[in-house]
Amino acid sequence: MKVKSNGGNRPRIVEWIDARLPVFTYLQREYGEFPMPRNVNYLWSLGAIASVFFAILMVTGIFLAMHYTAHKDLAFDSVERIMRDVNWGWLLRYMHMNGASFFFAAVYIHLLRGLYYGSYKAPRELLWIFGVVLLLCMMASAFLGYVLPWGQMSYWAATVITNLFSAIPLVGDMLVSWILGGYSVDNPTLTRFYALHYLMAFVIAAVIGLHVIALHIVRSNNPLGIEPKSADETVPFHPYLTAKDGFAIVVALIAFSLFTFFAPNMLGETVNYVPANPLQTPPHIVPEWYFWPFYAILRAVPNLWIIDAKLGGVIAMGASILVLFFVPWLDTSPVRSARFRPIYRGFFWVLIAAIVALGWAGSRPPEGAALWVAKAATLYYFAHFLVVLPLLGRREKTLPLPASISAAIKSGAA
Amino acid sequence: MQESETDKAGEDSRREFLSLVTTAFGAAGVATALWPFINSMNPAQDVLAASTTDVDLDPIAAGQSITVLWRGKPVFVRHRTPAEVAAARAVPAAELRDPVSDEARATKPEWIVLVGVCTHLGCVPLGQRPGDSRGDFGGWFCPCHGSHYDTSGRIRRGPAPANLAVPHYSFRDSNVLRIG
Amino acid sequence: MRARRMIRPLAALMLAGVGLWLAPVRAAEEIELPRIKWSFSGPFDRFDRNAARRGFEVYTQACQFCHGLRFLSFNSLAALGFDESELSAIAAAREVLDGPNDDGDMFKRPARVSDRMPPPFANEKAARAANNGALPPDLSLMIKARNGGPDYVFGILTGYDKAPQGFAVAPGLNYNRVFPGHQIAMPRPLSAGAVTFTDGTPASVEQAAHDVVTFLAWASEPTLEERKRVGTRVLLFLLTFAALVFAIQQRLWARLH
Repeated sequence: MKVKSNGGNRPRIVEWIDARLPVFTYLQREYGEFPMPRNVNYLWSLGAIASVFFAILMVTGIFLAMHYTAHKDLAFDSVERIMRDVNWGWLLRYMHMNGASFFFAAVYIHLLRGLYYGSYKAPRELLWIFGVVLLLCMMASAFLGYVLPWGQMSYWAATVITNLFSAIPLVGDMLVSWILGGYSVDNPTLTRFYALHYLMAFVIAAVIGLHVIALHIVRSNNPLGIEPKSADETVPFHPYLTAKDGFAIVVALIAFSLFTFFAPNMLGETVNYVPANPLQTPPHIVPEWYFWPFYAILRAVPNLWIIDAKLGGVIAMGASILVLFFVPWLDTSPVRSARFRPIYRGFFWVLIAAIVALGWAGSRPPEGAALWVAKAATLYYFAHFLVVLPLLGRREKTLPLPASISAAIKSGAA
Repeated sequence: MQESETDKAGEDSRREFLSLVTTAFGAAGVATALWPFINSMNPAQDVLAASTTDVDLDPIAAGQSITVLWRGKPVFVRHRTPAEVAAARAVPAAELRDPVSDEARATKPEWIVLVGVCTHLGCVPLGQRPGDSRGDFGGWFCPCHGSHYDTSGRIRRGPAPANLAVPHYSFRDSNVLRIG
Repeated sequence: MRARRMIRPLAALMLAGVGLWLAPVRAAEEIELPRIKWSFSGPFDRFDRNAARRGFEVYTQACQFCHGLRFLSFNSLAALGFDESELSAIAAAREVLDGPNDDGDMFKRPARVSDRMPPPFANEKAARAANNGALPPDLSLMIKARNGGPDYVFGILTGYDKAPQGFAVAPGLNYNRVFPGHQIAMPRPLSAGAVTFTDGTPASVEQAAHDVVTFLAWASEPTLEERKRVGTRVLLFLLTFAALVFAIQQRLWARLH
């Protein structure tokens, strides 16, 4: 499988194929010689890690679909049959469940890496936008997939989230019954969610493709945020990054295995092992951990002027993701990396603290301290993007940038 | 990059070897990881433990047949007349395409129990209902490609390579047959 | 120098992650659950077969009249060490609904080992009618379906008590220390000596509760032992593989400096 880097004396079959469809030339160019800044750190492996978890989700999902039955009377039992009777079914399902969590974890760190090192700045705006589109697709897919086991939390998550659309003035209620295919979450909802969940896998694969193509045009940023100026500031992707990413992937898989094999239900909700019951809501409705911050924002908004809390919450939650699309233009600083932006670095960690606080608040009932924390953190979240980024970029006194990546490596600053 | 040439060559070959070992290790891991996926498509435990089927034999008069479903397949249960038994036992087994004696196929001579799936390409042979063609040997006839089975369900003419299969069965009382 | 710079943001992110994990302490009313050392809770642990078998006896003597185990077939009990003749006897003692027969009627027949355990009531309405309006839940997934898992179920079974002074228990309900709201429809299911064990173990309430919880934990996840066994092997493989890839990576990158 190893592609020789000298390009010559390839086997004749390879030459024959390559002359007709240059896959080998492409692989050699994009994954063999592809120049990577030599100062990238392990945070630059998160994209590869996320891809691995996506692949795990895709493959386990296809095999789970062979055993799953999308019918409200059979879905729960078919999942339990997968867990008990299907050969290795428990492994497929636990990998799929925990794979979703790890995919989100990898993508969140990947995204925060981009924020810290200014990876969204010119010329990488489109790369960043494809990334945010990916996040949206993942969220949709995670929600759709969560409904399929048809447990109590599946059912009530579907009810609560689809009801968000009823906040839209005038057409809201019509829209909700269109989404549900009825007046409540029922069999038509389940079958369409199954179809769309399966579809989303391929949509995500396509957007990952666009994201990667865009990356290979503008190439990777690096911790210094300055472009490589000469060949000796880069290393070929293979073997340097294949080895480094490979190690990072195996470490991620170790963490994944710890959950999948030894605490497979730790990230899930116990009440989802109770079959869906349309007559009884569980006492504490809470989404999976990766939705907690957004769930907190949804519930943090009070009645404001003419906008009631319900609509306000929906708008705020939508805006918390939409604002990411505009980050490349909201951040006015000419310097990419937070390493040379001491004040921005401080604000970045405040943002992290706000997101963690939102996550904590989102996991709790919206009352008392949790509600006030959610309100404060929501305010900061939006202020960070809409106020701090634009103003700070103009006023901050940044540290002097090194002349080049090599210069920084020589001085020990890289 | 400023190592001497010999150092570099030694280092290169060591690294080459390490890469080979690691690649082999990883490939073995991926190959092993494929097994759960492949095996998940095999029959599941509840399918393997497929239940048995009980048949009440009292209502089946001599010369009559019934068809019951067992593991998703039709099973033929025929109450043979003495003439049918005699016809089946008169044939020297050695002359048959799939040589098995009728005694080995029917533990009680008057009852023959067969998986009703033609051994050629899986159609269900005719011969269960009174009006059906029973083929040239008085047993069953597969209309798909013209296989003739005798009153013991053995292949006598046509493309089928083997006799109709006999499922595992037992008589619980004199009048209850348990298939499986 | 370089390594430390790389590690700092990583460490901070991991800290943030840990913070997220520690956050979701359940906000409901805090009820102290008993903390039992279960035979199956550690990473290499297996179910205590003797306890689980006794637990099945508790289930048949004290639970099965109201609570089903609809995901279990009789022959799955073989995993607890019941042999074929024991399984046949266990199955034959129960009746399942089969049919329709040739007359078009449903009929009852003794269960066979390949049958799923029959439900105690024909349907939800029948169950509620027989239980003062309450629905006894199916127990197949009980241990996985409650926060606190085995400790919670053990707590319920041993949590029956006289209501404290001033605590009004509604008619038809029973006081229970562990149940949320302290009023449970299920009457006290276990009392000392109410169950007899074939192996002669004295059947105190604690013993019976411990054993039936062990049985139900197995019933909730019969693949638990296989999962841990496979997991150990996968981890050993991945750790070795990580060491190999790390060695390659270090040698490669060392040449750059």
